[in-house]
Amino acid sequence: MEQFEFNYPAKRKIPKRAHVGVVGSGDLEVLLEPIDSPTASVRIRTSVDGFKTTWKAVLDRFFGRYDGAVHIEINDAGATPGAVSLRLQQAVEASES
Amino acid sequence: MSSAISSREYLQRRSFIELDARTRAKSLFDSRTDRELAGPFDRIESPWLPLQGVTPQADDGCIVMRGTIGGRQAVVIAFDGAFQGGGIGEVSGAKLTSALDLACRDSQEGKPTSAVLLLETGGVRLQEANLGLAAVAEIISSIIALRQYAPVISVIAGPIGCFGGMSLAAGVSSYIVMTPEGRLGLNGPEVIEEESGVEEFDASDRSLIWSIYGGQQRYNQGLVDVLVDDDANQMIETVRDLIAQGIPEVHRSQQVDLYRSRITALDTSTQWDPAVVLWSAASLARPTGRDQRPTDDKKEHHQ
Repeated sequence: MEQFEFNYPAKRKIPKRAHVGVVGSGDLEVLLEPIDSPTASVRIRTSVDGFKTTWKAVLDRFFGRYDGAVHIEINDAGATPGAVSLRLQQAVEASES
Repeated sequence: MSSAISSREYLQRRSFIELDARTRAKSLFDSRTDRELAGPFDRIESPWLPLQGVTPQADDGCIVMRGTIGGRQAVVIAFDGAFQGGGIGEVSGAKLTSALDLACRDSQEGKPTSAVLLLETGGVRLQEANLGLAAVAEIISSIIALRQYAPVISVIAGPIGCFGGMSLAAGVSSYIVMTPEGRLGLNGPEVIEEESGVEEFDASDRSLIWSIYGGQQRYNQGLVDVLVDDDANQMIETVRDLIAQGIPEVHRSQQVDLYRSRITALDTSTQWDPAVVLWSAASLARPTGRDQRPTDDKKEHHQ
């Protein structure tokens, strides 16, 4: 298992927290919570070692469009980059609905 | 049953199995009465899994919700089969036990609180072996304590089913509800195949596995109180009815003589065919269909 953290600038306060997904094979769990400072932090724990650059690429792309001030925790059980992006979008949707 | 519903009804029904554990639990409560206890943001997760290189889940795969069902106090504990096969670890076991104990305390204080266990579990989580086993022992004693005051209902809906120590927990509950897709057994098919060889038991033979462990078989054997289709509305109605019905006069696990006599009556000199119902309809005098109530067991017991 590997753990790492990424930080991004953020502008917008978000209304509420959200929890989506499950730590099942090929899937992941996302916990998304609003924070007060204008930043976004992401902590990832993944069961598959050696993919830090891929995680960074997926998150760079996500935060290229998302400006919420959040702390995100991801518990991953080998999800593909596509699955990660979809879960992140789902968490955002849940936090703004 | 499945054969009786049209394809249109089949397509339009709301599957219970397809709901995730949290949504299953929530669906049982009266609208807006539910609240989750020790949820994912409380981050009560397994301390043992990361040490073994396994990613933990923020709720340890166990969802606890409190609210009312049909106007009566209830707690629902749901296991997430997608996380570690729904396996019981130290934390998920403690969540279940605490929920049952709180329900028991409330019941003793004059506020009867039923428990509904949504079981989707292979039993003890092997990474937490001894702690999981200890948890199962605690779960069983907590169920037996609570069932004196309020019904404990085990629901085995999905294809993971309920195995190992948790099948014992289901066995001591007041009522068991299954779907034909569910499975119930002590030793799972893979375990038997591993131990005794594929000639003894072929775990890849799905029709064989379901003909032995499946909801229909367990219901025919009289080990399950209600068999429902995979339909959320039917499931909600069934759970509500059983809670309203209250504690059974005699719990299944108290009927030691009945089950001992059934086992004694089994002829093991020839290979049992799953198509032939054990303790057949003649001896059980059970009609088939959904409107089964555990009163049949009691009649049988008193005969």
